[in-house]
Amino acid sequence: MKNTFIGTPLQRREDLRLLRGRGEYVDDLAPQGLLHAVILRSSVAHGRLRAIDASAALKMNGVHAVITAKDMPGGPPIIPMRLQPLPEFKPYEQPVLAHDKVRYVGEPLAVVVADSAAVGEDALEAIAVEIEPLLAVADWHVAARNKSLLFEATGTNRALVFEARKGDADAAFASAPYTRRERMRTGRHYGLTLEPRGVMAEWDAAKGRLKVSGAAKVPFFNRRILAKLIGLPEDAIEMVENDVGGGYGARGEFYPEDFLIPFAARHLNRPVKWIEDRRENLMAMNHARETEADLEIACARDGTILAIRGSISTDMGAYMRTNGAVGARNVAQFLAGPYRVPHVKIDSALWMTNKTPVGTYRGPGRFEGNFYVERLLDMVAEDLGLDRVELRRRNLIRADEQPYPIATVQPTNAKDQYDSGDYRTTLERALQEINWPEVSKLQGKLIDGRYHGLGVACYVEGGGAGPKERARLEINADGTFSVFMGSSSVGQGVETVFAQIAADALEVPIDRIRHVYHGSTGYLSEGFGAYHSRSTVMGGSAVLEATKNLMSLLREAAAKRLGCATAAIRIEAETISGPDGRSVPLREFAGLTAEGEFVSHQHTYSFGAHAVHLAVDPKLGRIDILDYVVVQDVGRAVNPLTVRGQMIGSLVQGLGGAVLEQLQYDADGQLLTGTLADYLLPTASDFPNLRAVVLENYPSPINPLGVKGAGEGGIISAGGAVANAVANALQSFGVQPRQLPLTPAYVWELVQSAQQKAAE
Amino acid sequence: MPVRFKVNGKEAAVEIEPRMTLADCLRQRLRLTGTHVGCEHGVCGACTVLVDGEAVRACLMLAVQAEGSEVVTIEGLSDGERLTPLQESFRRHHALQCGFCTPGFITTAHALLTREPDCDAARVREVLSGNICRCTGYVPIVDAVLDARAAYKGGTKS
Repeated sequence: MKNTFIGTPLQRREDLRLLRGRGEYVDDLAPQGLLHAVILRSSVAHGRLRAIDASAALKMNGVHAVITAKDMPGGPPIIPMRLQPLPEFKPYEQPVLAHDKVRYVGEPLAVVVADSAAVGEDALEAIAVEIEPLLAVADWHVAARNKSLLFEATGTNRALVFEARKGDADAAFASAPYTRRERMRTGRHYGLTLEPRGVMAEWDAAKGRLKVSGAAKVPFFNRRILAKLIGLPEDAIEMVENDVGGGYGARGEFYPEDFLIPFAARHLNRPVKWIEDRRENLMAMNHARETEADLEIACARDGTILAIRGSISTDMGAYMRTNGAVGARNVAQFLAGPYRVPHVKIDSALWMTNKTPVGTYRGPGRFEGNFYVERLLDMVAEDLGLDRVELRRRNLIRADEQPYPIATVQPTNAKDQYDSGDYRTTLERALQEINWPEVSKLQGKLIDGRYHGLGVACYVEGGGAGPKERARLEINADGTFSVFMGSSSVGQGVETVFAQIAADALEVPIDRIRHVYHGSTGYLSEGFGAYHSRSTVMGGSAVLEATKNLMSLLREAAAKRLGCATAAIRIEAETISGPDGRSVPLREFAGLTAEGEFVSHQHTYSFGAHAVHLAVDPKLGRIDILDYVVVQDVGRAVNPLTVRGQMIGSLVQGLGGAVLEQLQYDADGQLLTGTLADYLLPTASDFPNLRAVVLENYPSPINPLGVKGAGEGGIISAGGAVANAVANALQSFGVQPRQLPLTPAYVWELVQSAQQKAAE
Repeated sequence: MPVRFKVNGKEAAVEIEPRMTLADCLRQRLRLTGTHVGCEHGVCGACTVLVDGEAVRACLMLAVQAEGSEVVTIEGLSDGERLTPLQESFRRHHALQCGFCTPGFITTAHALLTREPDCDAARVREVLSGNICRCTGYVPIVDAVLDARAAYKGGTKS
């Protein structure tokens, strides 16, 4: 039997519970004796913490404890970095509670544990906090003056400068016939999950065991951190992944609360749960994206890119969080994106400011870098009198250039290369889908009060981060199989996708894959999780390994049972037979289990193109997307339904970042966007006309499934494509959008200032 | 104070603090955890339930205000193991990923289709714009709701 579940748009198994309100998210758990934690957070962006007086709160009915830094012998532990844990970043890592200084609005100061969250919130009001304010460092420009320092001991607000290098950019610029230099910026927004974060901890004092629910993304890694910080052996801690209401890179990293809640549970010897509210979420979950770039591009007269150089500044917020450096590294390393750029020299500086710390958000650094390079390309085309599509065709990497090496980043010596693909193919398909020859006749035209514009942007999406992933298969008592994954679910449908891969590998009907378990530390010896679009690539490949191992164990066990050589064993459907015709049903091998491991230090690179047709109302600054196509070559689509879901879903998040979402602060470091009425997310009426096309022409050569990460492609080019289309629409005004988001106010201002200039 | 109302066809009587929201009462006191709380200020729509047939944000309504009302939550829409045509349509169109917003979308769309089984795409988008989904990009949700209209024509309830 040869199965073909891979490639089938199978409906998801997760849906049956989620559609009927039977999902189990962390806030749905309520064990006996549960107490509720709420967090006292700093209302001051930068200051010296002088005193916390909780005596009145402690006297309130139903309040069990108020935990501050003083309750932690040796001081509050510091959260180590997960990715790029460079010694240079050490001084900037975050303690679980502020003790000497506060550095952002929302920084945890104390934990109140009470009978209910409502009582806990009442108690928060009764705690007196004394903070001596210091000059707030509200953005990286202020940080660069180094007058007010977040960390006095280091003597600077600049934590590091990543250097991305390829070839000799300065030499290329010295002899270049054409160059252009631009300053641009991207706004601060974040991977807001609809389910706020939550942690529940249960301490078993008799056994010395800790159970932590609400884990996501990287539970094994977080267990390692927690074990170290709380002083328990790793195997005394179980991290449980429940249903997870969205991840996007932001959920599941180790946050202060991931220590504080287990600490409180152990301190009080009672189960303790904390559920973030939305206001907290806006100021406590990792922010992302705020960068400013000063970039220069050099080209030949025919538009061939010769080199890119410049500097980028990232507003890091107040601390270096677990994956905080990824965006600043990526924006430098992947700025060139899918284009052949022989010489690259980019310095990417990380500036500490008095804002919520940053982490990754879907397409980290890539969304920002793509906006910059795609804007530059349209400006180059205009300067050189070239067609902007033709300019891209000329510079997109071809299949015969693969594997294509990209810039190396120091000080981490991060070398990388793309794996496969002709990057022109997705552009051609996007042009065809949007009917470019026809709609391009509308470029810049004013129709019914709106200017029409077209934009294109191309990208690569990295995926499949190593070093490895594990999976385990087990034969159940009824002859079905269970799959246990080291990968995590953040809502992307891994139960269905892994069942498809396992059914094909085992050559069984899909309903014989009874359960796919994932994300909890109890299932496997080791696991790596869900980030960098790696779940299907790494976890899926591990399933194949586990299948091989289980089959060989099964053959050995059956051979022993039937008294024959392992090579003579035949496995057909649910029957195992020997050469003499005797057979044993599969169910008699119940309990037989095998792990498999897939190791890879290379990344997959899916690639694609965005094409958009939009209209801009110059009086309102409003942008209407009339048609938008994303084409992505994912190598191989295990489930086309979920791949398309990833593409459209990430596209709308990208459009949110391109035109709506913006975390705003005032000069004192106060967060101005503290509700969902202020922080604008896309809704159902904003972007109705979106399409996704999945291609499978260039399977990845570096994993047995040929799959590539596909969770981020929709987001990466959204800013670049839309900004190019807005420039195209408003060409008669001669305006160039140089920042995101393209809010109505910003677009209106562009038009206004162009008109004023023209009138002068 | 005591409150009595009907939830999913059954009488419920709870003793609660006056400040408790309907969402917290359903989730914490009646253990109907299918109603999700996403913002607690009436913007995200995840907590939408039906109160006397109207789609209502359970985070903006106090439980005491439900006195004597008939409340239907996501758990009350499908009986037993079967999915409703609307739920089936959501599954077919891959109109959910993480599932957190889903109960609010289903209850909102159910109220809409019950009243306006002939609504067009623009109307569906307008009504659903009060609910936030971060995963799907809304396109499949709108398609799923449009596709489920047939099941509501001729007075079919769910």
